[in-house]
Amino acid sequence: MTSKNNAKDNDVAVKTTNGSGKKNDNIIEIKGITKVFEDGVTVIDDLNLGIKRGQFVTLLGPSGCGKTTLLRLIAGFETPTEGEIYIEGVPITAIPPYKRPVNTVFQKYALFPHLNVFKNVAFGLKLKRTSDPTAKGGLRKFTKVEIKEKVDRALKLVGLEDYGHRDVNSLSGGQQQRVAIARALVCEPKVLLLDEPLGALDLKMRKEMQKELKKMHEDLGITFIFVTHDQEEALTMSDVVVVMNDGVIQQIARPKKIYDEPSNAFVADFIGESNIISGIMEKDFSISFLGKTLKCVDKGFEKNERIDVVIRPEDIIIKKDHGNGHFDGIVSSTVFKGTYYEMEVMANDYEFTVQSQTEFPKDAKVSLEILPDSIHIMKKMLTINKFIGEVVGENLVSFCDGEFEIPTEGFEEGDKVLVFVPFTAVELTDDEEDGVIGANVTQSVYRGTYYQVQIFTDSDDDFYIDTADEWDMDDRVGVKIDGNKVRLERYVEEKEKEDA
Amino acid sequence: MRKKPTVFRPTAFSFPYLAVTLVFVIVPLVLILVYAFKGEDGAFSFGNFVTVFSDPENVRSFGKTIGIAALSTAICLVIAYPVAFVLASSPFDRIPILSLLFVIPMWINFMLRIFALQSLLDVIGINQGFWAAIIGMVYDFFPYMLLPIYTILKNIDKSYLEASRDLGANSTKTFLKITLPLSLPGVISGISMMFMPVFSSYAITKMMGDMNTSVIGAKIASLFEAHDFGGGSALSFVLLLLVIAVMLIGKLATGKTVKTPKGEIAQ
Repeated sequence: MTSKNNAKDNDVAVKTTNGSGKKNDNIIEIKGITKVFEDGVTVIDDLNLGIKRGQFVTLLGPSGCGKTTLLRLIAGFETPTEGEIYIEGVPITAIPPYKRPVNTVFQKYALFPHLNVFKNVAFGLKLKRTSDPTAKGGLRKFTKVEIKEKVDRALKLVGLEDYGHRDVNSLSGGQQQRVAIARALVCEPKVLLLDEPLGALDLKMRKEMQKELKKMHEDLGITFIFVTHDQEEALTMSDVVVVMNDGVIQQIARPKKIYDEPSNAFVADFIGESNIISGIMEKDFSISFLGKTLKCVDKGFEKNERIDVVIRPEDIIIKKDHGNGHFDGIVSSTVFKGTYYEMEVMANDYEFTVQSQTEFPKDAKVSLEILPDSIHIMKKMLTINKFIGEVVGENLVSFCDGEFEIPTEGFEEGDKVLVFVPFTAVELTDDEEDGVIGANVTQSVYRGTYYQVQIFTDSDDDFYIDTADEWDMDDRVGVKIDGNKVRLERYVEEKEKEDA
Repeated sequence: MRKKPTVFRPTAFSFPYLAVTLVFVIVPLVLILVYAFKGEDGAFSFGNFVTVFSDPENVRSFGKTIGIAALSTAICLVIAYPVAFVLASSPFDRIPILSLLFVIPMWINFMLRIFALQSLLDVIGINQGFWAAIIGMVYDFFPYMLLPIYTILKNIDKSYLEASRDLGANSTKTFLKITLPLSLPGVISGISMMFMPVFSSYAITKMMGDMNTSVIGAKIASLFEAHDFGGGSALSFVLLLLVIAVMLIGKLATGKTVKTPKGEIAQ
């Protein structure tokens, strides 16, 4: 994780941690964590993550990506199936939540309804012990006066000085949120965990709390781990954003880098509206997509490597009339978004999303210009589906719980084989019965000239398919394969290390 | 002013019930009132109350009734709370049979249940007497105590427990500081659902108890059987007042402790 810009935060952190703030000092170290739920679903898959002391780290991803589970693993409400979590070098998975040096702000606040604001905030303090050399065992409870002092200070921090006697049920959502934050902070945790804490607030309140949380983080200097599915929230608040999907970290970087240089199509698509187009890297600094060859600032790819091109809508320069840029197009729709216009422009069979201060009406002829440094290039995550199968008969190969017709020349029945299925060799059918196996559509991304569809088969395998048709998420589909496009290879029983 | 056309109103659905209530609840109550305060000469008097309470046996009966009701309710609570707690916490809740076991007895007529219990107790040799009556009460009213507590425990938001553990409370402290106070409305509801019927019931004590367990309900029955409507009504009236008092205390206690967290239990 990079943290050039966090000198200030680290300074603060060092003060609060008894001088143990050496360089590359990760307060939390997550190593090889896998979490499989009782129903067999893997929510987190072999995840590694280091979190620096004093940073504001956001776990960002769509619902079900495992971000909340990861937070609950750190808090101790879930135990990992595999792996270990270290806080300040101490393994903690065997430690119950009430002994961990972390506190949580819950999504729905979870304020105790039978206690007033003061007692809610004091709850943790009454259980805590403070070091006191004169006391037995060097520890003693906080006195009433100390508790009152601390609670008052915490309430003041969140701007609720005079609310101590209030019934928590009589507070507004925003106030309850503040009490929840005060209740967690008063325990002086080393790490504050926040589980989508602003999700239930209205937009205005949310913006305000974002600012306040950021300020609290700066003032307190402790580590914040913040979970959200709101990319804007993540980008505005964090020092470091961890983008997750399907239990796997997609990218860890500073917000600006996440935005400017998304590491793959998922991040690009999730972080903001983007034009993601399939292209070919002809040579260094030269890329071809949608029938045009443009200059870019990237190099180091293989010659003619298939890649994804990401162009942010605000980076495209839109001009009047044809012939003034790289692509000639027609505006197909235009919407005013408050400070800019968002237009869909049809050019070379691709619908570009363009944002501009200048409005072009529907059906206007325009040119689109794309500067080299506006073109972000991402490696394709996968270029072929690979499975392990078995030859079960003449021209019949079994994999993913289905038997597919594939020429098996040179193989014998019972041979184990690696099956390489190109994205274009797969055909999806509307009717599940028409396919060899059934699957659910999990993702469908438009890549300029085709859709890249990801499906999840009943045998728990992922397939990628390039297709001209758009498929809806969660659709049930049948899967057919054009056997002539599939390549078979003898499978040697060896532990194949996946390149991580 | 023009009269509105008569429209059929949904409230009309309640008329049959109102009629039943009127005939079988309101009228008898009024009759009790009238008989209780009617002297031998037919004028208003407290004579019946004086007569009834000058008999020390009646006063003792009241005390005994309260004692039996309180004891059986307390025993029931002590048994029911842990059962409810275990049932409400997974994984036991995933076995519907277990919860069903406690509900099935409610489907059987209580007289049958008492007869069955009697034969069972016969085997152990405590078929009559004080403890037999207590066992009868506990057995009979157990589901009424269990279900409200179970429901409220089941509905306590798990995030409260997580928050408590997060803030440094171990399981015992979390139970004492969170689960127990939040479940109090269920406990009170269970107590009032059991205490009041036990208080005014006499069938169980009559069938299973002996002379020592002669409760106020039995006394009232015997007075009415002896055609002493005045005395019977006076005792019934006092009983009614006591029940109302218990109800009010329960209400007050619930209101004071907590606004129920999610899913309030109907009293």
